[in-house]
Amino acid sequence: MTFTKYILTSLMASAMLSTFHACKPKGAGSAVSGDAAEKVYVAPGKYDEFYNFVSGGFSGQLSVYGLPSGRLLRVIPVFSLDPEKGWGFSEETKPMLETSHGNVPWDDLHHVQLSKTDGNYDGRWVFVNANNTPRIARIDLTTFRTAEVLELPNSGGNHSSPYITENTEYVVAGTRFSVPLDGESGDVPINTFKKNFRGTLSFVSVSKDNGNMELAFQIETPGVNYDLSRAGKGTSHGWFFFSTYNTEQANTLLEVNASKNDKDFILAVNWKKAEEYLKAGRGRKVTGLKYAHNTYDEKSHTAKTTFNTETVVLKAEELEGLCYYIPCPKSPHGVDVDPTGEYIVGSGKLAAVIPVFSFAKMQKAIQEKQFEGKFGGIPIIKYESALYGEVQKPGLGPLHTEFDGKGNAITSFFVSSELVKWNIKDLKVLDRTPTFYSTGHLMIPGGDTKNPDGKYVIAYNKITKDRFLPTGPELAQSAQLFDISGDKMQLLLDFPTIGEPHYAQAIKAEKVKDKSVKIFKIEENTSPYVAKGDKDARVERKGNQIHVYLTSIRSHFMPDNIEGVQLGDEVYFHVTNIEQDWDMPHGFAVKGAKNGELLIMPGETQTLKWIPDRVGVFPFYCTDFCSALHQEMQGYIRISKKENNVPLIYSLGTNQPQEKTN
Amino acid sequence: MSAVHRILLILSGLALVAVIFLPIWRIELDAAQYPEGLELQIYSNKLAGQVDIINGLNHYIGMKTLHAEDFIEFTVLPYIILFFALAFLFIGLLRNRKLLYGLFFCFLLFGIAALVDFYIWEYNYGHQLDPNAPIKVPGMSYQPPLIGYKQLLNFGAYSIPDIGGWIFILCGIILAYCTVREWQNNKTLKLKSYEKL
Repeated sequence: MTFTKYILTSLMASAMLSTFHACKPKGAGSAVSGDAAEKVYVAPGKYDEFYNFVSGGFSGQLSVYGLPSGRLLRVIPVFSLDPEKGWGFSEETKPMLETSHGNVPWDDLHHVQLSKTDGNYDGRWVFVNANNTPRIARIDLTTFRTAEVLELPNSGGNHSSPYITENTEYVVAGTRFSVPLDGESGDVPINTFKKNFRGTLSFVSVSKDNGNMELAFQIETPGVNYDLSRAGKGTSHGWFFFSTYNTEQANTLLEVNASKNDKDFILAVNWKKAEEYLKAGRGRKVTGLKYAHNTYDEKSHTAKTTFNTETVVLKAEELEGLCYYIPCPKSPHGVDVDPTGEYIVGSGKLAAVIPVFSFAKMQKAIQEKQFEGKFGGIPIIKYESALYGEVQKPGLGPLHTEFDGKGNAITSFFVSSELVKWNIKDLKVLDRTPTFYSTGHLMIPGGDTKNPDGKYVIAYNKITKDRFLPTGPELAQSAQLFDISGDKMQLLLDFPTIGEPHYAQAIKAEKVKDKSVKIFKIEENTSPYVAKGDKDARVERKGNQIHVYLTSIRSHFMPDNIEGVQLGDEVYFHVTNIEQDWDMPHGFAVKGAKNGELLIMPGETQTLKWIPDRVGVFPFYCTDFCSALHQEMQGYIRISKKENNVPLIYSLGTNQPQEKTN
Repeated sequence: MSAVHRILLILSGLALVAVIFLPIWRIELDAAQYPEGLELQIYSNKLAGQVDIINGLNHYIGMKTLHAEDFIEFTVLPYIILFFALAFLFIGLLRNRKLLYGLFFCFLLFGIAALVDFYIWEYNYGHQLDPNAPIKVPGMSYQPPLIGYKQLLNFGAYSIPDIGGWIFILCGIILAYCTVREWQNNKTLKLKSYEKL
């Protein structure tokens, strides 16, 4: 090739490339229309219309955003240490991270469920799941704090959780990884999956009065992977639906070996029937378990852990009418129930259609025994007998479906990165809109209730690439807000999220905001380490433990000079914030502490354990800018050698002892 | 004494009984970081509202903390108001015009004395500041207004009667009205009987 030819060819090639480039569809910029800003603008000082509780994924936390502004209001620590709030660092909160494995400082929080009454959000609690070390947590919406954590035995990977029934009778937990049941019998070769691995579905009851959770019973099923679940509602109240995959029962290279079957199953569980069987004593009591139950008390401001050792197990294949399988194409992920409770939408993540099942047809099929056999002893309903219809060519990789309350469903598509709106009755696709990029969950406020608030839909995206300013190799994941009040979905806003946003739910602000606690009443503080006023502030020695009962109020600690602590002592700073004014927390930190800080709300007592590692004088100070004299809010603690025999003294304002003043 | 005036006096007497249990005066404070406002309510026998928070804030400027037991007034004020309530009722029932004039005079005197007393307390709290206070602004005192609005550093202080105070004032106005009308009626009555002679 001559030099001229080379140049010409290059020119032609680049001309062609640029032409192709011009043919490319326009990017996201053009997808936003003119009035988008106006629709999400919440003026300074004005409130958002919704609270949006968004899972923090592998951060282990739950974040709270305002909608439609996308403003981050709070990050609630749940399963992971949170140094900002001292969560898991203070002696009082450490028990909240306790498990049968000991203190587990991290987890993977996937799904969010607001408590329901009559199938609608009641604004009392939020339930979330820990995917790694199976747990369910309850967050109290008066304090926006984790109030309770319950570990689940006989489980591995609590993914199919914490979906709830329409009156919050039960919160469920389906094991993602089937595992040999807890105990000695678990020591088996991995390739004996089919024989020894079991799937459990845990039903956790919730007290109507105080929300307290208890593992009511477990249903033992053949070993498969449970992915997601939803309770029936209205007409299907009393039933629960779980999606399964790996019905191939593979234990290695699942991406191939668990994708072989044309259809996996949705497991329909009649939990009212389960209650009958329990009453009839058909459950098997299993003992020798160990699972933690952690509760936080807002009066003593202290968490405690108790370990449970037993549960009752119902064996699905032995109890007729308890469980049925419905075949569902290709590894179903989401299984979502429409507002009436009649339609059950399965989303096979490798499927080309969205099957919609009819609860009425399913009941008829059960009555008429239209089964196509059994799997692990559980009857399989014929696909056609339960099927209402299929949404044809919806997109690639359907994952989850929410409902707008106007007879439509919106399904998220991971592979084709879009949201698709379709009509439940005629199963026709009505609209589709791209998401940026690769949506996992989606959420319509109230989208899983009997009365969805079909104003917005949010896509929670796994990939953001060019959507925000680059921040190195690690990028934020995002939420993308669309207006769905019209026929066409309209993109309004992108906002980055904490960790990976899996599922989220949103509730009208009115249902929550007026119940928000402002302070804890100091007179109701029952902490054994409280100091209700300066007269209670003191330092006590108990063997090699030094207990410092501190009060904090703008702008001093009482006491602020402490001497007589010896190397080898363990120092417990019990700090009571005696403020009774809203939004007036005080922090506490001491030099060299190998844990974290405390952040103490008005009226609360929190304890920081500190083991001094050398002699000297160590400052401690308030970490939360509290007042004009915040920088003065400090103190000193002196650490002496044991043989120096320095007497234990403490003071504020006057030097003790008098003769040693400088 | 006209029936209308007697009814008015009796009703006022009953209303005054209520004043014993109602807040009489209020001082509202607001600042940038207190959008919801702080309030101090003065009853006949106690202080209410966010007394502790206000005390906490006042320590910056060295103002003495407010404690109900420091005020002798709280032990006698309920009885004084009760005395007036009974006086209103009795005079309404006894229909004694002379006593009515006397009551009006006493009530007026009490009102003025109460305001003067309130002013003195405000003056003392506003001026007797701890010399070791963290915040010292030369020439600055923190006396709240007797009535109305005044800016004190970052706080706006707004002093007004509360519900009990308004009832008290209304009773005073009714009393004044009755007194004047009775006096006028008496004069014309005297004039008429003089003419008859």
